[in-house]
Amino acid sequence: MRSTDFTWLIGGPQGSGVESGANIFSKVCAQMGYQIFGKREFYSNIKGEHSYFTVRVSDENIHSNVNAVNLMVSFDAETIFRHFDEIVSDGGIIYDSELENIDTDRVRTLDAPFKERLHKFLKSKNKPFTIAGVLETAKENGIKLYPVSFKNLLTELSEELDNPRMRGLVRMYNVLGVSLSLGLINMPSTSLVDSIDDIFSKKPKIAEMNKKAAIFSYNYASNNFENFSHNLTGIQKQPDTILVQGHFGTSLGKMVSGCRFQSYYPITPASDESVYLESNEILEIENDRPGSTIVIQTEDEISAIGMMIGASLTGTRSSTSTSGPGFALMTEALGWAGINEVPIVITLYQRSGPSTGLPTRHGQDDLLFTVFAGCGDFPKIVYASGDIEESFYDTGNCFNYSDKYQIPVIHMMDKFLSSSVVTCKKFNPKKISIDRGKLLDEVEGEYKRFAFTDDGLSPRSKLGMDNGVFWNTGDESDEYGHITEDPQIRIKMMDKRMSRLDLALASIPIIQQAVSFEVHDYTIISWGSTKGPILDAQDMLKKEGIDIGFVQIKLLHPFPTEYVKSLLQDAKVLIDIEANHSGQLGKIFKQNIAREIDYHILKYTGRGMTSTEIYDSLKKIVQNKAAKREILSHGA
Amino acid sequence: MVLKLADYKTDVHNDWCPGCGDFGIVNALQMALAEMGIERDKATIFSGIGCSGKTSHFINTYGVHTLHGRVLTFAQGGKLANPDMTVVAVGGDGDGLGIGAGHFVAAGRRNIDMTYIIFDNGVYGLTKGQASPTLKLGEQTKSLPSPNTNSNVNPIGLAVASGFTFVARGYSYDVRHLKDLIVKAVKHKGLSFLDVLQPCPTYNDVNTRDWYAGVDLAQESMERHSRIYKLEDTKFDPTVNYAGEVEVNEKLSQALIKSLEWGDKIPTGVFYQNELVSPFSTRLTDKIPNYLENPPAKQIISNAGSPNTDISKILDSLDV
Ligand SMILES: Cc1ncc(C[n+]2csc(CCOP(=O)(O)OP(=O)(O)O)c2C)c(N)n1
Ligand code: SF4
Ligand SMILES: [Mg+2]
Repeated sequence: MRSTDFTWLIGGPQGSGVESGANIFSKVCAQMGYQIFGKREFYSNIKGEHSYFTVRVSDENIHSNVNAVNLMVSFDAETIFRHFDEIVSDGGIIYDSELENIDTDRVRTLDAPFKERLHKFLKSKNKPFTIAGVLETAKENGIKLYPVSFKNLLTELSEELDNPRMRGLVRMYNVLGVSLSLGLINMPSTSLVDSIDDIFSKKPKIAEMNKKAAIFSYNYASNNFENFSHNLTGIQKQPDTILVQGHFGTSLGKMVSGCRFQSYYPITPASDESVYLESNEILEIENDRPGSTIVIQTEDEISAIGMMIGASLTGTRSSTSTSGPGFALMTEALGWAGINEVPIVITLYQRSGPSTGLPTRHGQDDLLFTVFAGCGDFPKIVYASGDIEESFYDTGNCFNYSDKYQIPVIHMMDKFLSSSVVTCKKFNPKKISIDRGKLLDEVEGEYKRFAFTDDGLSPRSKLGMDNGVFWNTGDESDEYGHITEDPQIRIKMMDKRMSRLDLALASIPIIQQAVSFEVHDYTIISWGSTKGPILDAQDMLKKEGIDIGFVQIKLLHPFPTEYVKSLLQDAKVLIDIEANHSGQLGKIFKQNIAREIDYHILKYTGRGMTSTEIYDSLKKIVQNKAAKREILSHGA
Repeated sequence: MVLKLADYKTDVHNDWCPGCGDFGIVNALQMALAEMGIERDKATIFSGIGCSGKTSHFINTYGVHTLHGRVLTFAQGGKLANPDMTVVAVGGDGDGLGIGAGHFVAAGRRNIDMTYIIFDNGVYGLTKGQASPTLKLGEQTKSLPSPNTNSNVNPIGLAVASGFTFVARGYSYDVRHLKDLIVKAVKHKGLSFLDVLQPCPTYNDVNTRDWYAGVDLAQESMERHSRIYKLEDTKFDPTVNYAGEVEVNEKLSQALIKSLEWGDKIPTGVFYQNELVSPFSTRLTDKIPNYLENPPAKQIISNAGSPNTDISKILDSLDV
């Protein structure tokens, strides 16, 4: 058993510092040697709606959230109403005692369906529809309550420091909440101060005030709160560990891979990556003058892909980052890149559709769309990363695929990954290689951009290169790139382009195509960010003596039929796990492998899967008590 | 090597209708390239989709025949990544002012140093003559079942309002004048726009070559009555000389007012020019000082297959 497995939840209205609070907490725990898995949930809103962050802390590697929350801290009523039932029986709630009399009608942001469910529950328990009512039920379940008046804390602090301005600073409630929590679990306070300095590094004055408030409330908790079931006093730090946010893998991967042009149109959850790239637009280059990434915010996603293709034609590694609605707008140009054999990488941070759908929530519902995106037959690669660390190296591979096979690559990520904060092994840039395929540095003699060759790949010139003049067209073309409608050339050109798919399957190392985490009678197939919760659920079951296999499919198009088939040879029962309604991977799997999926575990609430939910469903499957479609729904 | 006009021609079969105004534009473009002596491999012609979109195949430089309405996006991406090359984007009026109008406006705001030429024939040539955005309300060209129910956009006015810093109009049958305008447009520092009046003998039976020549007007008297005249033959001064607000506003409004002139008299020539607006490359070098010496297309990204980008400082800042 793990000696530490602790989940902390902080919630509050959007804009109240929930995220920076969670970042401080995560940083402190990471600095004290723990592994972190944190995840943010938020509405499509800027100010006022409920957002929350769960941070799971462990002494062993973790890859997911669990259902159970051990400690919740709340400075607003809504967080308590929405999450009190997630706290485990020996857990605790730190809350602002000023909130006790607030009833559900006072909280405007509680929506009607939720309120109805809550009222029904409270009625059954004979409790009033207030914070006090809700907390009573928690207490009856063995949960420890730690009331503290945040207002009084600030007043006392302002008196102690003789600084009346501090009295009304509700913006510091997040830091108070974090510090009270850390005090309660006895986390050494040294790294608390460092983390605040880090988070507010650009605002030293604010950092100063927050540090004072932090120490004050930390001490308050140590002195006033009675003992709690969890003590996290720090463990041996693991070497080479970093704490990263979701988009760091692909952004840093792009810098290292030599991506020097990124065009984008703002969309959640993709734009963080572009903003981060622009914030780091000047690059340090070994033994050379600085390099740079040109990041352009375009007028729409059509322009983003058009610009990226234009840039790629000059030989520049080019990319964009978008989500489903934006990708939908790009599909015409995607086909243009396909017929013109232009290497581009589209990083597709999925969210939950259709249309605008749940714009800030998680989903993996764009797989089929992506595999089939674009009019006409053309080759492309669809590739999915399972976690943030992987996404760094995968970004390098995606650029290589696109250069080597001269085709568009869609690198699939999602909201679950983008809004996670995790500890992982420090990225190693030297493990990324750069292979530009048949990109030319010079041309001699007559040049034909689309020359027929034995391997179906033509040497590639770039706009502006000496003697390398070529033409492109979205029409079918001859070897020079001029329009043709000749039926024989059409056959040859079509075959030439489409042969890339076989070439890719034959030459992409199998370890990059699919990964087997053991195969047993019961074996899971899945793709993308479900990897983390699946690995943790697999581990939980293993500890109970139940072996479940798992094959993570990374190359989704062209589909590695033979390899996946061989991996699954000994599996008797196949379980498909995905965050969408129709089991999209299952469909592709069946189409290619002609084998039935026995069970689906699906979730389409827009909230990421927890390992607990997957564990529960897997157990039901093994016990033969499961439905063919297990539908998950945990999470507020 | 000294380049001749013939060097800029390809031997691709040209399938435009006989008498199409597009021929004049492609000739003028080739003449301009030859006159400026731009090496074939240092220029790229980007084109949209339509009859006009085929232009890039007839010119012996790099040629990128893109998508309907998207030519400016491809062209800007190419120019940003490789600022050393000369970029000319061309396309139809439907392409640039209908489906691509959003890109037109956005391009004006960026002012990237390149040239955009619209082949303004009042119709969607390649799809058999439907009304284009420049066809006037109530006019009925050959293929229209009933008179046009939309008002037209004013390309010159829209360009001026969007921030293009060189705005001019040419006529496809005055090839020399058009060549001169193209040379000026390409040499202009910033984004230049050329609206080229282009008769489409197949589908536009309203704005024909004869109509532009004023043949209908001439019937009433024996004088020459060409509708087209040149702004440079008048006292019109399009150039902004000091970046002062008063002068800029005056030149902008004068261009806008001029652009509304249509009917018996149609101005050609330069409507507006302002080289005092910073080109996009300057906005980039303000934050990335070596952008022009080391642009994306020229950057070396690996050393024998191993990345040379050093992100260790960023990685160290993420250490726990
Ligand atoms: C997305 C898309 N919609 C429609 C078309 C069909 N289409 C081809 S050319 C054209 C219009 C061309 O008109 P214009 O841009 O004025 O060029 P012209 O042929 O007159 O030179 C259209 C609508 C297309 N190619 N792509
Ligand atoms: S249809 Fe009109 S624009 Fe197109 S080639 Fe014929 S004459 Fe020219
Ligand atoms: Mg037209």
